[in-house]
Amino acid sequence: MEKLLTELKPGDQGTVVAIKGGRGMQSRLRSLGLVEGQTLHKLSALAWGGPVVVEVKRTQVAIGRGMAAKILVRCG
Amino acid sequence: MQDRVAEGRTRSAAQRPRKHLKNDILLVGQPNVGKSVLFSHLTGVRTIASNYPGTTVSYAMGRMRGKGSTLIVMDAPGTYSLEPLDEAARVTVDLIDDAKRIINVVDSTHLERHLPMTLELIAQKKPMVVALNMSDEARHRGIGIDVERLSAELGVPIVPIVALSGEGVKQLVDTCLDLQPQQPPILNQSGHPGHHPHIQHPSQAGNGSASAGHVHLDRDRIWQRVGELVERVQTLEHHHHSFTERLEEISIHPLWGSLFALVVISLSFSLVRLIGEFLIAGAVGIVGAPWVELPFGTELLFDKVLQPPLMRLSALLGPGSFLHRLFIGTLVDGRIDFMQSFGILTSGIFIPLGVVLPYLLSFYFVLSLLEDSGYLPRLAVFLDSFMHRIGLHGYAIIPTLLGLGCNVPGIMATRILESRRQRFITATLISVAVPCAALQAMIIGLLGRRGIGPVLVVYGTLFVVWLLISLILRFTSREFQPELLVEIPPYRLPSARALAAKMWLRISGFVREALPIILTAIVAVNVLYQLDLFTYLAKFAEPVVTRVWGMPSEAVVPLLVGMLRKDVALGLFAALMLTSKQMIIGSVVLAMFFPCVATFVVLFRELGFKGGLKSIGIMLLAVFLTGGALNLIL
Repeated sequence: MEKLLTELKPGDQGTVVAIKGGRGMQSRLRSLGLVEGQTLHKLSALAWGGPVVVEVKRTQVAIGRGMAAKILVRCG
Repeated sequence: MQDRVAEGRTRSAAQRPRKHLKNDILLVGQPNVGKSVLFSHLTGVRTIASNYPGTTVSYAMGRMRGKGSTLIVMDAPGTYSLEPLDEAARVTVDLIDDAKRIINVVDSTHLERHLPMTLELIAQKKPMVVALNMSDEARHRGIGIDVERLSAELGVPIVPIVALSGEGVKQLVDTCLDLQPQQPPILNQSGHPGHHPHIQHPSQAGNGSASAGHVHLDRDRIWQRVGELVERVQTLEHHHHSFTERLEEISIHPLWGSLFALVVISLSFSLVRLIGEFLIAGAVGIVGAPWVELPFGTELLFDKVLQPPLMRLSALLGPGSFLHRLFIGTLVDGRIDFMQSFGILTSGIFIPLGVVLPYLLSFYFVLSLLEDSGYLPRLAVFLDSFMHRIGLHGYAIIPTLLGLGCNVPGIMATRILESRRQRFITATLISVAVPCAALQAMIIGLLGRRGIGPVLVVYGTLFVVWLLISLILRFTSREFQPELLVEIPPYRLPSARALAAKMWLRISGFVREALPIILTAIVAVNVLYQLDLFTYLAKFAEPVVTRVWGMPSEAVVPLLVGMLRKDVALGLFAALMLTSKQMIIGSVVLAMFFPCVATFVVLFRELGFKGGLKSIGIMLLAVFLTGGALNLIL
């Protein structure tokens, strides 16, 4: 099942399927290891539209909500 | 203040003077891998290192002895890739061009995240050695790395180090010096030509982008290659959740995390106040019971030790003479009041050493703890949605907190923000509405005598001003606000040695740079009074100072002195015998009015001439309205 990173529940794991953003965004995410095919673990989604925190390659990364809504992951 | 370390040889990213970039050894690596710590070890030049990405916003240069010659070592700001994403990282790319040898600092605990840039660096064909930093932490976390194999695969020497303790640093230096300058290392000695990352030259079409003649590699190939490498050289052992990992979970939880943030912030502020008060007033100030009176605290020390000899000097000079005014100042009830007398030997020494220094010690101790533990990026993540709502970026909280110590490093730290506009807003807010520790020490010391109420009114007003300015600026532009994207470092126990070194650097910076200015300000004040120049100045400024702000016309002198030092200026207000209301307005106006010289210079340097003027314009309007509003409301 494919979901947006924002829809994933905290505690769930998934694999990045697509990043629906421009080159700048792709390159920023890539520098932190977020590329297509990468598995990630959603740790938390902060209240009030705050960032989503994921663990990727054993590092915690905080991603702004808008950006997280452009990351498609496969899970389950 | 402290960012002008490395003996004044750090440079702003905006300046980038190409001809000064020549260096023998360049430290390159991703943010927060410990380049600054290694740099200090190599050169003996102390730099500020912390546990969050973006501590080094400009480069530092130092010298190192090796092989009978002096080598120039440079510490580049951290960057994730040679495709620079922000201003500070752009500097690194320029520095690489002019480097003779490169030390690529890599985090052993996150090899797969750091090797992509190592591959990019290898493709630049500079003599290079890889320093596997935090190798102790890797061992501790059950991460094994086959160093020999990795070295063979990459074709560059690799040395595991622990920069914090200095373990392996000597071997790193030897290996680095053995590199033959300008002979490119051979790529991939492992005999698998198929594993070469594709080198793509700028002229070729494709997804490798071109800039300034740099060789860029095909991105997908890099990640693929890194995946293969890590699989071959790294072994992971399962281990139990440690205490810090539990704490990491709690501090990013939507609910527990906000409680945690609240506790950390209020604890930090009370701790700063508590330690500061303790150093100034001794145990009495804290416990409030006379029977625990200890012969401790700068107030008591100055009164017991310096009062008697200075009183003798006072009698010798004769109250009323110019020399008396200059050295002792004016007596209050026949005695020296170290806060209000305003002579060079009285307030001139007491304000910086007796009031500001204890407070700075306390502030920087707590700030360093927060920095080194790794809590600050978590706070930025937590505040991000609030900050976005008022038109700022979550990471703007870090320069702002630094600004509470001294506005100068605070404004310099705005470079970690990505857009020019964010930098402008954050820097302007710091210079207008964030009081530095020196001023805060005086506000608490002087206004605190009249109760906690007035102090809270001052802080509250400044917070509202900060909020309003950012909200107003938000509506002046529809420019897209970049979203937060940040790596959260693991919690680490602050090292006492690193903490002490950092505090020493910040405090000695204050003593070296602020003390002469404070003494100058006090001489200027006394000369101004002696020549009776202030009556002329007062007439000039009366419409605003008296009518709008409700201050006596003499208040114009402290306001002018505030451009040199805000702490001294507030001391002058105290000597004017103002009402509580006037004292509150005076404190707020002083905090907001023209920043001190040092901040002024940095503001223009960071924002450019036009940006600086705009910032000053906003400041003047804000201080005029705020002072007037307080005068009406209170």
